[in-house]
Amino acid sequence: MSQAQLDQSVDLEALRAKLAGKQGRQYWRSLEELAQTPEFRAYVDNEFAAGAPEWDDRFSRRSFLQIMGASLALAGLSAGCTRQPEEKIVPYVKQPEYVVPGKPMYFATSDVLAGYGRGLLVQSNDGRPTKIDGNPDHPASPGPFAPQKAGMTFGAADIYAIASILGMYDPDRSQAVKYLGEYNTWTAFTTVMSNAAEKIGTQQGQGLYLLTETVTSPTLIAQMQALLAKYPKAVWTQHEPVNRDQSRQGAMLAFGEDAQAVYHFDRAARIVAVDSDFVTTGPASVRQAHDFAAGRRVRAGIAAGEMNRLYAVESTLTSTGATADHRLALSPAEIDRFVRLLAAKLGISVGQVEPGAVDAEFVEVVAQDLAEHAGRGLVITGEGQPAHVHALVHAINEKLGNHGPNRPIEFIEPVAASLDQGQSLRDLVKAIDQNLVETLIVLGGNPVYNAPADLSFKAHYEKVQTRIHLGLYEDETAALSHWHIPQAHLLESWSDARSVDGTVGIIQPLIAPLYNGKTAHDLLTVLLGEGGRNGQRLVQDYWKTQISGAEFEKAWRKALHDGVVPGTQRAAKAVTAKAAVDLPRLSAARAANDQVDIILRPDPSVWDGRFANNGWLQELPRPITKLTWDNALLVSPATARDLGAKNGDVLDLTSGAYRLAAPVFITPGHADGCMTLHLGYGRMRAGHVGTNVGANAYALRQTDQPWVVRDVKVAHTGRTHQLVDSQKHHSMENRDLVRGGTLDEFLHNPASIAKSHHEDNLHLSLYEPYKFTGTQWAMTIDLTACIGCNACTIACQSENNIPVVGKAQVAVGREMHWIRVDHYYSNDANHPDPNQPESEFQPVTCMHCENAPCEVVCPVGATQHSDDGLNDMVYNRCIGTRYCSNNCPYKVRRFNFLEYQRPVAESLQLMQNPNVTVRMRGVMEKCTYCVQRISAARIGAKKRGITDPSISAGGDEDYNILDGEVVTACQAACPTQAIIFGNMNDPSSQVAQSRLPHQPHNYGMLTELNTRPRTTYLARVRNVHPKLAAATHEEHY
Amino acid sequence: MEMPKRSRMQVLKHGHDFESVTHIVSAFPLTKRPPRGWFLAFGAAFSLMLVLMYSVGVLFLKGVGVWGINIPVAWGFAIINFVWWIGIGHAGTLISAILFLFRQDWRTSINRFAEAMTLFAVACAGLFPLLHLGRPQKFYYIMPYPDTLGLWPQWRSPLVWDVFAVSTYGTISLVFWYVGLIPDVATMRDRASNRLVKTIYGIMAMGWRGSARHWHRYQTAYLLLAGLATPLVVSVHTVVSFDFAVSNLPGWHTTIFPPYFVAGAVYSGFAMVITLVLPVRAIFGFKDFITEKHMNNMAKVMLATGLIVAYGYIMELFMAWYSANPYEQAVFFQTRWQGPYAWSYWSLIACNIIIPQLLWFRWVRLNPYVLWIVAIIINIGMWLERFVIVITSQHRDFLPSSWDSYWPTVYDYTLFLGTLGLFFSLLFLFIRVLPMISIFELRELVAHHTQEEAWHGANTGEVPPGTGAARGETET
Amino acid sequence: MKRLFTPYTNTIARATALGVPLLVLIAGGFGRMWLDSSYETGVGEAIDQPVPFSHEHHVAGLGIDCRFCHLSAETSSVAGVPATEVCMTCHSQIWTNAQMLQPVRDSFEKGQPIQWVRVNDLPDFVYFDHSIHVAKGVGCAECHGEVHRMPMTWKAQNLHMTWCLDCHRDPEKQLRPKDVVFSTDWFSGARAKLGAEIARENKVNTKGLTNCSTCHR
Repeated sequence: MSQAQLDQSVDLEALRAKLAGKQGRQYWRSLEELAQTPEFRAYVDNEFAAGAPEWDDRFSRRSFLQIMGASLALAGLSAGCTRQPEEKIVPYVKQPEYVVPGKPMYFATSDVLAGYGRGLLVQSNDGRPTKIDGNPDHPASPGPFAPQKAGMTFGAADIYAIASILGMYDPDRSQAVKYLGEYNTWTAFTTVMSNAAEKIGTQQGQGLYLLTETVTSPTLIAQMQALLAKYPKAVWTQHEPVNRDQSRQGAMLAFGEDAQAVYHFDRAARIVAVDSDFVTTGPASVRQAHDFAAGRRVRAGIAAGEMNRLYAVESTLTSTGATADHRLALSPAEIDRFVRLLAAKLGISVGQVEPGAVDAEFVEVVAQDLAEHAGRGLVITGEGQPAHVHALVHAINEKLGNHGPNRPIEFIEPVAASLDQGQSLRDLVKAIDQNLVETLIVLGGNPVYNAPADLSFKAHYEKVQTRIHLGLYEDETAALSHWHIPQAHLLESWSDARSVDGTVGIIQPLIAPLYNGKTAHDLLTVLLGEGGRNGQRLVQDYWKTQISGAEFEKAWRKALHDGVVPGTQRAAKAVTAKAAVDLPRLSAARAANDQVDIILRPDPSVWDGRFANNGWLQELPRPITKLTWDNALLVSPATARDLGAKNGDVLDLTSGAYRLAAPVFITPGHADGCMTLHLGYGRMRAGHVGTNVGANAYALRQTDQPWVVRDVKVAHTGRTHQLVDSQKHHSMENRDLVRGGTLDEFLHNPASIAKSHHEDNLHLSLYEPYKFTGTQWAMTIDLTACIGCNACTIACQSENNIPVVGKAQVAVGREMHWIRVDHYYSNDANHPDPNQPESEFQPVTCMHCENAPCEVVCPVGATQHSDDGLNDMVYNRCIGTRYCSNNCPYKVRRFNFLEYQRPVAESLQLMQNPNVTVRMRGVMEKCTYCVQRISAARIGAKKRGITDPSISAGGDEDYNILDGEVVTACQAACPTQAIIFGNMNDPSSQVAQSRLPHQPHNYGMLTELNTRPRTTYLARVRNVHPKLAAATHEEHY
Repeated sequence: MEMPKRSRMQVLKHGHDFESVTHIVSAFPLTKRPPRGWFLAFGAAFSLMLVLMYSVGVLFLKGVGVWGINIPVAWGFAIINFVWWIGIGHAGTLISAILFLFRQDWRTSINRFAEAMTLFAVACAGLFPLLHLGRPQKFYYIMPYPDTLGLWPQWRSPLVWDVFAVSTYGTISLVFWYVGLIPDVATMRDRASNRLVKTIYGIMAMGWRGSARHWHRYQTAYLLLAGLATPLVVSVHTVVSFDFAVSNLPGWHTTIFPPYFVAGAVYSGFAMVITLVLPVRAIFGFKDFITEKHMNNMAKVMLATGLIVAYGYIMELFMAWYSANPYEQAVFFQTRWQGPYAWSYWSLIACNIIIPQLLWFRWVRLNPYVLWIVAIIINIGMWLERFVIVITSQHRDFLPSSWDSYWPTVYDYTLFLGTLGLFFSLLFLFIRVLPMISIFELRELVAHHTQEEAWHGANTGEVPPGTGAARGETET
Repeated sequence: MKRLFTPYTNTIARATALGVPLLVLIAGGFGRMWLDSSYETGVGEAIDQPVPFSHEHHVAGLGIDCRFCHLSAETSSVAGVPATEVCMTCHSQIWTNAQMLQPVRDSFEKGQPIQWVRVNDLPDFVYFDHSIHVAKGVGCAECHGEVHRMPMTWKAQNLHMTWCLDCHRDPEKQLRPKDVVFSTDWFSGARAKLGAEIARENKVNTKGLTNCSTCHR
């Protein structure tokens, strides 16, 4: 809020006067008094009140979004006979010897999701981190299945990791220490704190409370323990909106002790996902998806047993459900019933269970299939399921012998502290009620926004005498805190983090904090009276205590280089399930017709809300719905009919004292009688991008029902809300775009599943087909492997400086993504049950057609074919007739209808990839197969080639790029290795091996147009169980 | 010539002499003060033109994103209007060139006007290819010139052909029109009283003195130009149709486009001529020069071309069905018939095929009011035809995933209305300063008649009126 | 009545009829010439620099190799402009108090980089790589001219796309033996013949050299 607003609303002079001349402890005490003054209340309320409408201004957000990046407009206008503006060259004063200008460097580090570390490999250009990939040496971000012959190896990564680069450069991040909303200094804060520390020390930490998110950082834990040792009465509370409370209690129920399951999907032949979106949700998803895909690499000549089979039982259609071979949509209550039925079938005593709405045959088949593959099966359930379901699933796995070393499921000591976070937050609130909390230090996190509604945390937080907040943004919590300290982004910090299997990754800074951010470590050092110990020293000193002195230096260097500390994963832990699990009564599916269960889940784009201000993620089409810039009540067509709701109708939800209004979005494949609402929206103070986007699901969330709010009353508000999706039509119209069949069909006749009904007279041409010799780039996309996680889209956006256009532009169909993941309900035509539709994902990007229709129609030749088979797009030649897009049957070309790249902040310009032109208004753009990477590799290969005897002077080409030397951004990011890229004329290359004739089920889309696309697909293979085959899949797409 | 019902069906009403025709036609341009009506009309048109200026200003400031276009519908109103205006132009050329070559005397009193219309229509059309560029400041990339890049236009692209087709068309039409004007401008020069006006007309007349040699040269030049202009009638819209036909988009990728675009062009062109001529005829008392015969003939041309267009529509459907191409069929039988833009398709059928069948009735062809309304409807219909072709084909093509819709914004509309403003502003200026009917050609008609009369006179013994005046006139 | 026009109007008319088109042609011709002229391209214009650095003195006079300052010319896309440190390697010893070197010393002491003005400035959408050109035997001088004759540095070529293409279409004429790649005053009468040989030994292959994506991304 502006200074002006502030002044008229609050007499800050009064506040300042109260503090005038007070120093040290005095200052501190007076601060406590002050916190209770009406002025300060007024100020705080005002912070919200005046804040909200300002943020609400949608135009400001849109225009903000249009203006990301550098503008070439002027250059364009003044083109022709004018000279370029003078440019400066600014060399180093002292050039570090390892820096070669123009050459990128890579650093291994980690980022953290839900508290757990994932490995990153960050590209840095001239000191600016510009691109994030996974660190192949880190267990949470595995690299390719087969080691590359040459070139740099990248690990896979998920959208959060890749997009965190934008998070770091986000100009909305909080940039200064604030005290009562006034600019202040870190030194002032440290003085105050250290004085406060003394006081707290005298009372042994009485009244000192620390609230963190889930912590796995060994260094931070050590610091915390030191703190608790120093202040024995201090209390450490942990609250993470997406925690493992249910799993924990489940384990308790099943084993009598907490244990954390580590899943090895690559060891599983049969997988049953009970409401678990294990391929895209959670800090382990990348690893899990990778291992899962390892069992689904359908290539010519595989045996029947080599492909795993996935059954998914879930309420809301997720990537996992869409990937599954068989899927059953059940409401939460029915899922409970399903698990009991399954357990019963497998001979676990669960008492009498009626099949209810659950398809008995399905259960029968699943049970039998699991039994047949005992020891090689994996039943997994999600955090959204209650403890007893977890317990039952443990029992089932135990029964089937799926537990144990080298089995699909292994158990370890919990990586994060084993505590009930819901309970610990409840305790904190109780303590506040009892006025025990004098000082509350919030180390990261945003509890005011994301604490469950029934704790009314906001009200309680305001009761605390002294509130200190460390955060990336001046968010909802910061607004209510006395002190706000800007947090350093992980890419600016020294720290460490344990991944889901316990492996430690060292977090090292890629750049000095842009906004003088501080880390939790820094803040604790102040409390511990060790001020001045910088992050590097801290982390290093901690690891000195872990790694024996002699070879520490070497080990430390290696750990930094590799990004992981070897041998730190948690040891396996033996657990045995108790004989029987005592189960609560089965609850009814649905109480009344105007009541539904509301399923709360972390959002596939903004997670728990912490990424709300990330334009890339907001604009990323959600995996199934393709919704952007909103969350919505996902509901099945049938239930929508019951409620008489259409897309965009805003419904009023009431659960006890808690209410929320949110728009409806009809999603075939959702279970009836329930709706899904994603967390992370309705932020009041996220920043220009994320504020007032969507509905705040936390308003319904309650500590006793964190994931499913039962029997929520639904009423119409009569209002509607514009929901914007990037794909309007999810039916394939019986066009053979996505092709596929069952595993049996494939084994019997591989080609059959990729055949088309009108490709008979292909390649009819009056001319001799052109001979593409030498290096010829091609891409293959494996539809069996694709899980629709969108990592490719975000990686491409980051690599190729693709702008964010904003909701209004997406609404009129102008999104800019170069690679999109189309989603179809494949069996809409004549599937028996429209509520159990099958889903298909199909990543679509420029096909680099050999007969590219776009090339012939461009009047200025701005798009041309290159000798290595690329369909080049020359921005600086394009005049924007858009004819190429009209003539592109795949509609993969994107147009800069407006100036989407105007610079809004220097920081965002720093983020741009220096090797890719930033496009101006009025030019067409599209996938280039990452031509900048190809060029780099080619130049390297040409230099090599001069001395390489295998290359002859008179030869066709003067270079030879080895397979793996060029990895496209989308390929590198893909967790399932669904994208294969390379030189199709090199017979040994992976891409050549993935094309015809080697893979009979390889096909090109719309080849009947004789476009001869270079991007081809491997038809989707479903490992259908014969007994269920009838119910699913005929060749009807 | 043989003229049944000469009482009505003649190209020039009986009883005019050289003086009278000259006077009637040249009167308006030479009056000192035009009536208030003219100012009102011109004012209205001009303010519309200012709207155009505004719309274009915003367009250049913000980019084509101010329109409703998107991916997949990357071409919107701009292209529709372009094709529509170009089409309208064709009538003028057809009338003045082809009818001239066929010695159709009924062209005489409308060709000047029709040609003017052509010019202004082409002027309006010419704007759009430029405006619809994403980077209009780089339009020159599309022209062949020796740049410092060592690059040339991409000759396989129909858009490049367009540039040449349209610019040629514009040039030839302008020259043809101007040459046709010369003798009349001379007359104006001689009749004008104000010295300045005299001088201006004088310069335009290029020293025309009406000598036998002048007439001889003039006739040759005019004939040659007519010969040059004739192929353009066919070529221009053929090339324009290639913009669509050459692409692979279902609904565009059709071999029948060239002929039926040309037919459609003439169709809409004549509709526009009628729309404009009938009021003019009424207001300026040209009923004697623009007679029922003209209306009748023009209506017949519309009927004929209308039927060709109808044939085109039917053939499209037939080929879609016969080709058994699923994408083709989807566009014609689903998208256009049932899709969100079905209204445009069906109203197009009504406007272009059903309603024009009225023209089979003689009374419709001869009733200025009904004829005028039909003409207007056809104008609308032809615009809708382009809407259907451009929008419906694009908004649902091969991949259902990329299907999207197109809704024009205020800037789309203002641009279209704006060009109407430009068109009419130019038209009213033309009416004000130049003879809108070819005077000397009228005189030829008069001469023709007088001979006829003379022939009758010889039999009846009466002296035909006006001959003396005519003789006097020839001395100028 | 009085004549409107005097006889010489005809002459004027004829003159205009001939002259106007002629003028248009001439104007066009001049316009085109302007594009190639140094007024437009800035070729041969010495550019003021914060420090009046003389390539003539350092290269011709002292015989310092290009790579001494332009470190990464052989390894990276950018040749690199020397860090102040590099200047100071010598100038901490010699000319230690020359006035004209004051900015260099300031830079070194204050740690503030020297802001040089770019001489050869390609548009931002052009991606040029020094290393590959050097490796294939294209001498520095081919583009940067005889820098050893430049007391103040200037642009030696117009850097027009046509100029780039000339070489990319037929590189042989611009190739030189390895040992003289970095020499600015090397001259050989027999370049055409020599070029062919070098092209062979450096395996210069024009395939793909004129692809758009070779320089534009």
